[in-house]
Amino acid sequence: MQPQISVQLDDFDIGNEINQLKVDKHDIGAVVSFVGTVRDLADGLTSMTLEHYPAMTEAELARIAKEAKERWPLEGCRIIHRFGELFPGDNIVLVITASAHRQAAFDAANFIMDFLKTNAPFWKKETTSRGAKWVDANDADDKALERWQK
Amino acid sequence: MQILYFASIREQIGKSEETISKPDDVETVADLVAHLRSFSEDHHNALESMMFVRIAVNQVHAQADHPVSDTDEIAFFPPVTGG
Repeated sequence: MQPQISVQLDDFDIGNEINQLKVDKHDIGAVVSFVGTVRDLADGLTSMTLEHYPAMTEAELARIAKEAKERWPLEGCRIIHRFGELFPGDNIVLVITASAHRQAAFDAANFIMDFLKTNAPFWKKETTSRGAKWVDANDADDKALERWQK
Repeated sequence: MQILYFASIREQIGKSEETISKPDDVETVADLVAHLRSFSEDHHNALESMMFVRIAVNQVHAQADHPVSDTDEIAFFPPVTGG
């Protein structure tokens, strides 16, 4: 199973992505998906711009997916992360994991998101009526990694 | 060597990349940071507190003691905030 990774400007369709992952596969008993979206915490967010490190981003996401594949018996793995200018409610990231049983699919999706949050080279800049500001990294994201220590 | 800056560090330094020749006494990322700080006040300020600077050498996360060579691509950026 080769994880499928995309870093793109365009939106994605979660139904299409799940269907594509299942094509010609009969060993999948569980599909888990996570979608991260742009939220507006009542601050009057007008847009969010995502910058990334093009030469590194896909490679880093592939490293994370490979690690997940080594830990859990995955039959499918799809990661899409958008960049560019996004608006409240827009999709940012999609992670789909598929396995014979649900626990592996749940855990692998969780693991991928935790590592993506701390390792994938993306940076968010929020624009409100008061101007634009880089989003600060979250300590809780670093702490979330600790539970995956072997 | 190719030096890349992203996000707030790119804005502070005022450029996204620069190509430099590796001085003989620069052996690690930490040595390189000390060298880059001498370029301008903006470089100095952006790279002053390495607590808030993350490093990648040839598109892989690295620590300050990572060795560097003249053909490397070294990137400096703040902690990531994707997802």
